[in-house]
Amino acid sequence: MKIMILLIGASFFIALIFLGAFIWAVRSGQYDDDYTPSVRILLDDADHGETKQQSN
Amino acid sequence: MTALTPHKSLLAGPDKSVRSDVQCYHCGEPCGAHPIQYNGKCFCCRGCSMVYQLLQDKDMCRYYELDAQPGISLKGRRQERYEFLDDEEVIESLLEFRSPTLAKVTLHLPQIHCASCIWLLEHLYRLREGILHSRVHFMRKELAVSFDPRQISLRQIVELLATVGYPPAIRLATAEKGGERGNSRRLLYQIGVAGFAFGNVMLLSFPEYLGLDVASHRGWVWIFGYINLLLSIPVLAYSGLDYLRSAWQGLRMGQLNIDVPISLGMLTLFGRSTFEVLAQQGPGYFDSLAGLVFFLLVGKWYQQKTWQQLSFDRDYKSWLPLAATLIEQGEERSVPIRKLVPGQRIRIRHGELVPADGILDKGEGYFDYSFVTGEAEPQPAAPGEKVFAGARQMGGSVEVILTKHVAQSYLTRLWQEQQYAHKQTQLKTEQLADSVGKWFTAVVLLLAVGALVWWWPRDVHAAIDAFTAVLIIACPCAVALAIPFTFGNAMRILGRNGLYLKDTTVIERLKGITAVIFDKTGTLTTTRKATMHYVGQPLSADERRQVAALAAQSAHPMSRRIVEVMGHPGEVVVQQFREEKGKGIEGIVNGVSLRLGQAYFVGASSRSASEVWLRIGDEVKGRFVFKPEWRAGFEQVVSFFKKQGKAVWLLSGDRAQEAAHLSELFGESHMAFEQNPEDKLAFIEYLQARGHKVLMLGDGLNDAAALRQADVGIAVAEDITHFTPASDAILDASCLPALPQHYRYAQRAVRSVFKAYGVAALYNVIGQSFALRALLSPVIAAVLMPASSVTIVVFGVGMTTYIAWRMGLWPKD
Repeated sequence: MKIMILLIGASFFIALIFLGAFIWAVRSGQYDDDYTPSVRILLDDADHGETKQQSN
Repeated sequence: MTALTPHKSLLAGPDKSVRSDVQCYHCGEPCGAHPIQYNGKCFCCRGCSMVYQLLQDKDMCRYYELDAQPGISLKGRRQERYEFLDDEEVIESLLEFRSPTLAKVTLHLPQIHCASCIWLLEHLYRLREGILHSRVHFMRKELAVSFDPRQISLRQIVELLATVGYPPAIRLATAEKGGERGNSRRLLYQIGVAGFAFGNVMLLSFPEYLGLDVASHRGWVWIFGYINLLLSIPVLAYSGLDYLRSAWQGLRMGQLNIDVPISLGMLTLFGRSTFEVLAQQGPGYFDSLAGLVFFLLVGKWYQQKTWQQLSFDRDYKSWLPLAATLIEQGEERSVPIRKLVPGQRIRIRHGELVPADGILDKGEGYFDYSFVTGEAEPQPAAPGEKVFAGARQMGGSVEVILTKHVAQSYLTRLWQEQQYAHKQTQLKTEQLADSVGKWFTAVVLLLAVGALVWWWPRDVHAAIDAFTAVLIIACPCAVALAIPFTFGNAMRILGRNGLYLKDTTVIERLKGITAVIFDKTGTLTTTRKATMHYVGQPLSADERRQVAALAAQSAHPMSRRIVEVMGHPGEVVVQQFREEKGKGIEGIVNGVSLRLGQAYFVGASSRSASEVWLRIGDEVKGRFVFKPEWRAGFEQVVSFFKKQGKAVWLLSGDRAQEAAHLSELFGESHMAFEQNPEDKLAFIEYLQARGHKVLMLGDGLNDAAALRQADVGIAVAEDITHFTPASDAILDASCLPALPQHYRYAQRAVRSVFKAYGVAALYNVIGQSFALRALLSPVIAAVLMPASSVTIVVFGVGMTTYIAWRMGLWPKD
């Protein structure tokens, strides 16, 4: 039964990663706008590499 | 890219329905006989071809590939002046972040309408050095720009945007907005934490669920219990905090709101479970607690999800511009309007707003007060006459000497009085959820105390068991979820049908109305152009062209409308054109002399100053009359509410011109004209004092007070993303005929909530039958709680969807 400690610990750890990922997603504004990204993904830039200046 | 339109009217861009043979490559408007050719493409005007050249230079023609003719025509748009953006105070108020090397600003661009717009605006950095990053929020029509202030100024950015066809709407309110984003994020965090705890607590409760032999593993039960307790602390203290707080505030004010029984249930769940774990008596009900909070928060989120692109709380600050043109020692400069003081002289051009009350000093004033007073016809004003804030000048530019500060103008003061009025009404309306909560709490407390009293002499332990079990099982999870999901879904369905509600409580209030008040101008009539009608002898095609050619020579707003009515003049030359201020215009077209103007100017007799008479040769042909264009189907709306037994009134700020036509519909005694904003407000208060629940439909600032005072205020708007006065709901003007359906739907939605309550009650009866016998085990609670919640959610959403489908409100496409 000692293995239970490990299992619970592992499941907890994974759950915490997901919680962290969710909080990060909210913080970075991914839930603020749920429409524009669906359009933006279609706007594939032909010259993506050459003039890429922004990163944020 | 047609898939880009979840709701057409929400995303409606410039109207491109009028098309001729050759369309402008940039904006899609007809090019006329002499298109401007550039690079093998045709353009309707210099502005469009300039934008094309600019984009072509920067290798950004992809703009034209994503959507056909995505551009926005710059024709007829007045050139905004942005000098005020050099003002340090203005820059400070607009920028969200500022350092020597980086600045951030969010601008509202009403012109955003398609995928090409997003592409162009997010590639601004290619157009100009110094723009680091730009991001579009499509639904809010906002653009967030990060830039390097050493290389480019805010004014340059705004001017660049204006050049490419997206002039930012910078209003007085733009400079004052606070961060409201924090609140919705907080709810998401709360959901995240509750969901995290819910999942883990359930996992650790599996031994109980599966009925495993826990007796032989006392140690594990003990560990699991403590972990659950630890996990539940943030659920109660962070995720559920708002409920506890709201309940506490309600109790302090002597009110039993729906949050009281929720908090009671949450605290009992936590308290009893903690006791059980610490005393090593059992595993507790932590799974039920976490599940309850999680479901409640999801319901809240579903209910709160509102129309991002709309604003229901606008005031005069969203209407007035941020800056005005000041004339000082013969020089013009743009200054923020808050800095304007009485005695200063300002210039107001065609289409601009008067920022504060003043006196017209120079020029021919022709002021459109339709939004401020409801008066449909623009009012002429001569030098020396008073002009009021909020009026829009049509025609040439004028000079006004201010007599008041912006904050003391008539329009502004009106607004401040309303705010006071609104606060009073808010206390009057009790929400359905709270009144149900009151009864619920009373019944639950009665049951719980009853169980305690009955059990106490027999078995003290069972008495406490039963007492807490009643509170736990009765915890109004199902009751609290019925409204968010039922009304939340109903609100979305109404939104699809053109009625956008501020929040779900509007549905309850809409159901209960007993009186309906309509405004006339802009509500029952359209506000769009072409309200000029020709009355008289029929004109031949040639004559129409001649009239249009003559009228096209003048910048007077009446003339412009005549051109719109008569159509494009084509290649007709006007000779000996002459304009007499305040009288009319004349000229020789194709050898025939024409006159347009006041009755005496053409030799006819009429008293009305708002008619334009036409003379061709020596014959008076007829006249152009201002005629409000009624919205299609408004008669049916009015008679529907009359048939429903509601008291229906018409309150118009306009003069009683159409009285005869309307009296059949409303009845002579149910109409009032020349009503100023205070009159409308007073009338609604009068009706409310007599026990009426009032629905008000209006459109302009003149209705703003009434809209707020009314139990339900609906602002009717042709373009819902443009300015609307503060209201409870915004109705897309083209959906006005559907208002009876909206109303009936609201009625049925409220009925569905009651049915959902019935279902919730059923669950409670089952649960209480265990609880009262002190037989409630954690497993039963763990089954009942989510089962009832899920049933309520499915029932509420299903019913409202089904009703919408039956009523034909479910979209066909």
